[in-house]
Amino acid sequence: MNFPEDLKYTREHEWARLSAAKVVVGVTDFAQDQLGDVVYVELPAVGDEVKRGESFGVVESTKAVSELFAPVSGKVVEVNDPLVEAPETVNEDPYEEGWMIAIEPSDPKELAELLDVKAYAAFVAEQE
Amino acid sequence: MALRTPLYDAHVRAGARLVEFAGWEMPVQYAGLLAEHAAVRTQVGLFDVSHMGEVVFRGPRALAALQAVFTNDLSTVADGQAQYGCLCRESGGIVDDVVVYRRGAEDLLVCVNAGNRQKDFEWLSDHAAGADVRNESDEWAQLALQGPLAAALLQRLCDVNLAQVKTYRFAPGTVAGRACLVARTGYTGEDGFELFCRPDDATPLWDALLEAGRPEQLQPCGLGCRDSLRLEMAYRLYGSDMDDETTPLEAGLAWVVKLDKGEFVGRQALRRQREAGLSRKLVGFQLSQPGIARHGYPVVQDGRAIGTVTSGTRSPSLGTSIGLAYLPPALAAEGSTFAVDVRGRPVAATVVKTPFYTRSSR
Repeated sequence: MNFPEDLKYTREHEWARLSAAKVVVGVTDFAQDQLGDVVYVELPAVGDEVKRGESFGVVESTKAVSELFAPVSGKVVEVNDPLVEAPETVNEDPYEEGWMIAIEPSDPKELAELLDVKAYAAFVAEQE
Repeated sequence: MALRTPLYDAHVRAGARLVEFAGWEMPVQYAGLLAEHAAVRTQVGLFDVSHMGEVVFRGPRALAALQAVFTNDLSTVADGQAQYGCLCRESGGIVDDVVVYRRGAEDLLVCVNAGNRQKDFEWLSDHAAGADVRNESDEWAQLALQGPLAAALLQRLCDVNLAQVKTYRFAPGTVAGRACLVARTGYTGEDGFELFCRPDDATPLWDALLEAGRPEQLQPCGLGCRDSLRLEMAYRLYGSDMDDETTPLEAGLAWVVKLDKGEFVGRQALRRQREAGLSRKLVGFQLSQPGIARHGYPVVQDGRAIGTVTSGTRSPSLGTSIGLAYLPPALAAEGSTFAVDVRGRPVAATVVKTPFYTRSSR
């Protein structure tokens, strides 16, 4: 299982990458592996507001529907639209090409409450 | 605790992801659902279907007793031939959909759904006057080898001339030295075989097939692709698309209901239903907007709930979202449009002809 050290994580298996003034969000290697083949991704539109811990979209695999939960609150400033046409990218490259949205955080303090890689890896180990 | 098939250790060894299904701990996937689905459509895949049950009718009353509880007509079936049909309650509701293998007039094997093993056995015992009915589910394991290359691969290991075992026929023989009932049946829409064997022979047989199937890149397959394969063919799944409350006529299985064959349990109710007309019908549909319709999602038209999705997935072969739903008959014609309520969002759908997938779709 690959969990990059420079990312932050949620207990719902999203990752967050802080770059400049935005937070890029996707799902972890563990999440994509558990889901199986991803066949559909439903994402918000640029300009939508998202709230930490609340659903901002849906990822569906051949067998399951899973909600996507925002790691931080804020405004959606970018959406990875190509994912809608090529949802399998989430399986193939969850941390790079498979990113989902970028959020302009409204409360930077929320970032500090995300898990670091050690805490997330331990959390995953508990689930397995 | 969940039940396990004789192949459980083989699945774990092969790195399968296991899930609970109908009370069984079964592999849902090995390499991944899409890869396994593609293998069965274009090459060949191997399934463990040992969770399916076997109820056997024996004795001089066997054929008559089974005829009296089966919607299809076994008098048209020869020894060595199999037939699909339903067991129905007096009300016409479906107890199970099954395949009957006629080994002889006094020896018929009924292959039943995993979740219905006990229910079917009790129901059959109660209704099969005079026949010797046995639940042999624990005495059989079952492998399904499915795909266009299945026959060529199996022939190398098998002492039965498979050219003579046509679709829905079977013959006793050996595969890799293990005694099997070699049946040209399956639930994927591809050519293929189901091998009924002794539980102790299941793992050696599984291993021998995987070893022999290397040239064909034989792929072990899980329940995940079994579901997407059967749905592309619009084959019904008991418990999802039909149950004790739905009749074969509603489920689109009129072709296995032979009302003129003589008396059988449920015949009167089915005849009345046919005369009165259906109030709902299971149809195939395709979504014309992004999304996936899943079991239980409401079907809506003009803001009113008018039916329910019973199965739905994204078709790996076709690249579209497909499903089955119960609709009022007035809306069941090909080309009718409606919406599926996908978690609060109406998604446009059209009734289409089934099967969704045909071999010419390749």
